[in-house]
Amino acid sequence: MIFRSPEVAAPEFERVTGWRLKPEGLCREDRCVPFVPSHPPSVDVALAAKALGMPLVHDAGHDLWALGAEAGGRALASATAPDFELPDHRGSTLRLSSLRGQKVLLVAWASW
Amino acid sequence: MWQDLWSELHPQGLEIVTVAVDAAGMDAAGPWIAKASPRHPSVIDRSHLVDALFGIVNVPSGVWIDEAGTIVRPPETAYPRRPSFLDRAIPPDASEADRERIGLVKALTVDAEAYVGALRDWVRNGAESHYALPPDEVLHRSRPRPLGEAGAPAHFAIAQALHAEGATRDAVAHFREAHRLHPTNWTYRRDAWSLAGPAREEIYRTGWVEEVKKEGVESYYPRLRL
Repeated sequence: MIFRSPEVAAPEFERVTGWRLKPEGLCREDRCVPFVPSHPPSVDVALAAKALGMPLVHDAGHDLWALGAEAGGRALASATAPDFELPDHRGSTLRLSSLRGQKVLLVAWASW
Repeated sequence: MWQDLWSELHPQGLEIVTVAVDAAGMDAAGPWIAKASPRHPSVIDRSHLVDALFGIVNVPSGVWIDEAGTIVRPPETAYPRRPSFLDRAIPPDASEADRERIGLVKALTVDAEAYVGALRDWVRNGAESHYALPPDEVLHRSRPRPLGEAGAPAHFAIAQALHAEGATRDAVAHFREAHRLHPTNWTYRRDAWSLAGPAREEIYRTGWVEEVKKEGVESYYPRLRL
């Protein structure tokens, strides 16, 4: 979950992280975390990191910011599958939630 | 690898999504995908996002998600059939190093038959399947994520971005930090080693045998709990 600016537009923040800015805070699937943006509708990545309990790593030499995973609990904070959008091998994108209504086996593999 | 199982179970309502956790993207995964010609969705995850989202730490790992989008089994080792490495013979003329490596590989715990049997049962019986876990058990079995480990995905993502831009030396520092923070995440290690190619030993001063011996075979593929 990587950014090239310390402050990003809310839709970009949602595209990268899955967390949507709403009046009640940052929300994803069945969870909301209180969050008040300093410059709405932009999201300050450092403030969001603090609210979401995610470490923030900044590479100053390359102007990159990256959020880690939610810390301190379990890898899955909810049994609702976290959504994501990834490119497929044909150049299209797949959003996991588009498969609702079917059973899904998600398999991570690698070429290495 | 999953095409045969997809052909069998897709008509019964199962979709299979394969996710290539490959920092080099299609350059690395593309030839394998072309050879497999999958009819199921096949996506590319260059920054290993699924590690951060689901707690995946090795491949192949499977996650079961029901029709409502609820996880009913968290990540666990998922082979569609018994891998040939379990039955590999040690050649009589193998070096000591090769003997040790093959011995470690053969000691890995993989139970593909039981896994696929459980999958078939879930596809047939849905929520009534003994293998579909309730939400509290899914969370309980999900990997703990201490504060230290949580920074590893951020370093890996930066490393992958830098490597893709050609800043390979700066990328290595972030790959190393991801490895230090989360030593039992094998996707972070093995992908970075693969990107380093023949320079891997010189750059990372370690390898698969050393790390598996250090962390333990059980950490590589934890025993399946069906």
